Amino acid sequence: MHELSIAQAILETAEATLRQHPGARLAKVGLRLGELAGVDRESLAFCFEVLVRDSAHAGAQLQIDWQPLTHECLACHREFPVRDWDRRCPGCGAGETRFRSGRELEVAYLELEEP
Amino acid sequence: MSQAVQDPVARKVLNENDRIAAILRSRFQQRGILCLNFISSPGAGKTTLLERTLAALPAGDRVAVLTGDIQTDHDARRLATYGFPVQQITTAGACHLDARMVEKALSAWNLDDLSLILIENVGNLVCPSSYDLGEDAKVVILSVTEGADKPLKYPGIFHRAELMILSKIDLLPYVPFSVEEARRNARKVRPEIEILELSCTTGEGLEGWSSWLAARRARRLKVP
Ligand SMILES: Nc1nc2c(ncn2[C@@H]2O[C@H](COP(=O)(O)OP(=O)(O)OP(=O)(O)O)[C@@H](O)[C@H]2O)c(=O)[nH]1
Ligand SMILES: [Mg+2]
Ligand SMILES: [Zn+2]
Repeated sequence: MHELSIAQAILETAEATLRQHPGARLAKVGLRLGELAGVDRESLAFCFEVLVRDSAHAGAQLQIDWQPLTHECLACHREFPVRDWDRRCPGCGAGETRFRSGRELEVAYLELEEP
Repeated sequence: MSQAVQDPVARKVLNENDRIAAILRSRFQQRGILCLNFISSPGAGKTTLLERTLAALPAGDRVAVLTGDIQTDHDARRLATYGFPVQQITTAGACHLDARMVEKALSAWNLDDLSLILIENVGNLVCPSSYDLGEDAKVVILSVTEGADKPLKYPGIFHRAELMILSKIDLLPYVPFSVEEARRNARKVRPEIEILELSCTTGEGLEGWSSWLAARRARRLKVP
């Protein structure tokens, strides 16, 4: 599985920011993860933990913000989470909707501890 | 005293991959090259379909194939017998191809000589779906021995694929597989997905695949 390389890529993203804050320590990574990202949440959390354990980032946390598949109603523009692939608008009942989000794999924020 | 700082970064984790994929996509676009990324679980029939595809193309057609595997160059050797350029990418453990691997492999060829690039991804229904390779379309292959529920179990790839190919339909008499259910499940995940059924063993449905490919190539050439 590719969760290990994803975890590595997350740390590389964090390290790029850390370089701009000399002396700072990585405390937390906030990750937005879409349900269709193709990444297993538990396996990613495990890989992240293993990677940071014996590294300069020991103790760093991974906060995963799970993003459901979301569609937008073309009639009333309401955005709603799609459950069981039912794309009908819960607001007005219209059937015409479009994909908005659910494939996110993004570092949303970092928490650093500065000396 | 340590001080916590929140830094909103909002950066895609696969940023670097996406950057290279965008470069590849623009190279393909400039030359009117159609690039397809074939994704399936191990053994669903990617190499066999590519073999049948190459066998049906006229000699001199401007086609090239990249095939990804964790180990061995078996697939490249199978594909190399059809007279078109083929390269094996061995990922040494990685369960997917990424854009950098594709870029590196393509650097061996002059893209001006090509109008179709077929990429066989590593056999895996999950990981390859996250990695953009600069392709025009992802093609997912589902063989009838895998079960009709797979689109719902692995929605990530079906949500991104333009075409689903139901393969090995010659085996339908021997396995409890409902083609209707597979179609329904794929369309639940992606209503606009195109669907073809075929068998590389009997050749049934291969004509439909050839027409799909020819139409897709023609469309690609027209788009500036
Ligand atoms: N019955 C039947 N068998 C097929 C068909 N297509 C492929 N096979 C067989 O399925 C097996 C796997 O086929 P491959 O083409 O190697 O599958 P693949 O997806 O390239 O496999 P990996 O690259 O290892 O992931 C082989 O034994 C093929 O002969 C088909 O249409 N019908
Ligand atoms: Mg193969
Ligand atoms: Zn509505």
